[in-house]
Amino acid sequence: MGETVGKTDPMVKKKSNDMKQSKNIFVKAGRAIASFFKWIGNDIKEIGVTFKEGDWKTRISFLIMGFGSVMRGAVLKGIALFILEAAFIAYMVLFGVGYLKKLPTLGTVETHFNDLGVRVYGDNSFLILLYGLLTIIFIIIFIFSWRVNVRVNRNEEIILKNGKKLPSNAKTFKSLFDENFDKTLLALPVLGVSLFTMLPIIFMICVAFTNYDYTHQSPTKLFTWVGFDNFVNMFSTATDGYGSTFMGVLGWTLIWAFFATFLNYFLGMAVALLINKKGVKFKKLWRTILVLTIAIPQFVSLLYVSKMFAVDGIINKFLLAHGWIDKAIPFWTNGTYARILIIIINLWIGIPYLMLIATGLLMNIPEDLYESARIDGANKFQMFMKITLPYMLFVTGPYLLTQFTGNLNNFNVIYLLTGGGPTSTTLTGGAGKTDLLVTWLYKMTVDKTDYKTAAVIGIMVFLVTAIISLVVYNIIPSVKDEEGFQ
Amino acid sequence: MAKAITGKRKVPKMHKQHKVAGLVGAYILLVIISIIWLFPFVGIVLQSFRSYLTEDGGMVSYLVPKAFSWDNYAFLFSEGSGFTRWYINTVIIAFFVAILQTLMVLSVSYALSRMRFKGRRLLMNLWLILGMFPGFLTMICLYFLLKNFGLTQEGAIPGLILIGFASSGMGYYVCKGYFDTIPKSLDEAARIDGASRARIFFNITIPLSKPIIIYTALTAFMAPWCDYVFASYVAFGKTSSYNVAVGLYQWVNNQDYQGYFTRFCAGGVMVAIPITILFMLLQRYYVEGVTGGAVKG
Repeated sequence: MGETVGKTDPMVKKKSNDMKQSKNIFVKAGRAIASFFKWIGNDIKEIGVTFKEGDWKTRISFLIMGFGSVMRGAVLKGIALFILEAAFIAYMVLFGVGYLKKLPTLGTVETHFNDLGVRVYGDNSFLILLYGLLTIIFIIIFIFSWRVNVRVNRNEEIILKNGKKLPSNAKTFKSLFDENFDKTLLALPVLGVSLFTMLPIIFMICVAFTNYDYTHQSPTKLFTWVGFDNFVNMFSTATDGYGSTFMGVLGWTLIWAFFATFLNYFLGMAVALLINKKGVKFKKLWRTILVLTIAIPQFVSLLYVSKMFAVDGIINKFLLAHGWIDKAIPFWTNGTYARILIIIINLWIGIPYLMLIATGLLMNIPEDLYESARIDGANKFQMFMKITLPYMLFVTGPYLLTQFTGNLNNFNVIYLLTGGGPTSTTLTGGAGKTDLLVTWLYKMTVDKTDYKTAAVIGIMVFLVTAIISLVVYNIIPSVKDEEGFQ
Repeated sequence: MAKAITGKRKVPKMHKQHKVAGLVGAYILLVIISIIWLFPFVGIVLQSFRSYLTEDGGMVSYLVPKAFSWDNYAFLFSEGSGFTRWYINTVIIAFFVAILQTLMVLSVSYALSRMRFKGRRLLMNLWLILGMFPGFLTMICLYFLLKNFGLTQEGAIPGLILIGFASSGMGYYVCKGYFDTIPKSLDEAARIDGASRARIFFNITIPLSKPIIIYTALTAFMAPWCDYVFASYVAFGKTSSYNVAVGLYQWVNNQDYQGYFTRFCAGGVMVAIPITILFMLLQRYYVEGVTGGAVKG
């Protein structure tokens, strides 16, 4: 890896790469779409061929999944497929169809009181949306497994036609721990992610297109689709729009992420160099002192630090008691102070990580590079600029990117230190001067219960993260062939 | 690589003086850094010994208490405080999340590192995209999902364990990066000898991955101690289901913190001690994981 460092002027290379890549993205997307349709076409053709050339067992399997497999003796596979179909049909009849029907309106009957004054529960928009989406996912899974069922029949027929034997049930089961071990390993994680991350994200993306907020709380009230209204409102500069607040919060989020990433990076590296300086003793002690901030839970240390700088905190009280200031310094109530202080305190959190990482990496730089530079008469600063820094940037390029996107979403530091405050007259929607998009999202969800706006903010966070990642990922030089390292 | 730079060669004697001055400067800097880094921790420990009964339970202008007292700690373990309950809750959550999350991450990492199957790229890209959405976005949805299973309020502990590990497969990057560095030839040799994939996983890969397993388990164990957001949302006012983060946060922010501040400090110390000891014991593995993760991205 090291030999690429400093060979060509990186700026020239970057620019030309940049242009090539941006063109590539469109070409790639075009090719992907083309191959997708080709794949669909081939698939439909294959299904047709299977039906045409198949025997009666195969043809019945088109309706009763797993029938062919059971008849041919592959009972385990067949029964698994059949159970899948039965479960799907049962679900659809009992719940699925009902929810699916109500999905376009998200319910029409509001909870009301009947003539006798008894509360009658109507439709629950929240559950209709959630289970409606779940039903759609189930349908997709079912179509996929039906396709697998068709292919299984086809394969079995071909094997039998060639005079070979089908693998025994025991062997099929054993394959789950051998050539099909990936399916066994991934089953639970994929299920977990799908149910607890993917489904909720799709749900919230949908919520961004509804009017779900505190005036439309289910189960008592209904909410419904409103199209792009919430997005328009997010960017509108009208008095009740969030346009200026959004730009303000986004601006601070980007400034924060920039300083939190790069100040930490360079100062962390500086501290690492300081500790690794030749002749400095007790290296382990210095490192341990710094690492304490990683070990001690942030909610303890950050809450304490936050109270330390409060108007009635120890620093202000100490300064007042000694007469060094007349009035408490408004560390957290002045927007600018709060922003600067947050960035500084974040150094306290971030430098130790960088110190650990840089220490490990600095040792990997071949000593003879420095040796030859020294012979050539380079001083310390020149050696740092020409050897250490290019090497570090090259190796930690992807890390810097993940740090940056991580800082865009750095909830803990902001929330525990300032809770997003101080409040401001120029910001609406409960946002404060130090609020990041994520903390604003949190406030929208918990304090304002304005879920539709929260969902829009969440989508914006995703877009910002995705755009930055995509652009930077195509610029950094160390993006490499994943397989190349194995 | 480095261009020839012509500079004056220094006289050896001057060079030596220079070096000593540099070292003294370095030590001064390091001492200053150490003081800044240790100050909050020293503060927390010292203030936890200031009695809230006889001296002042709030924030004062001095660091060292006038009289040394165990009152705050006595309060933590008294019956009315709830702290013991929160502590046990957190230990239970952290323990189960650590085990289950490690299993999930190891499974995903092995499958993605060692096996090539249809949809592998698709899965990785999909999870990458999902990871770009902020976690708090899904909070209400997760809350109602858990509520359906009765896993909120009274059932918050199993609920928090469930959401703690359910999606953890997405965090496979560091571990997969480590598996990628284990030579594939080991696997191939074992396969020639007739070992199944599962046997290779359990008998070759896992024994070789001690550092990364410890790293995964350690980070998973530490996370629930800091979890305020989800824990407070899922527990929703049910005091006996709080974890320490929620409980202590309530003391210091929602309740009269001028009265509860020293008790918060004592609680913080009680939380920090076991975590810090655990971390320091396993620090070597943690450094390995963090550094490896940084290089591979």
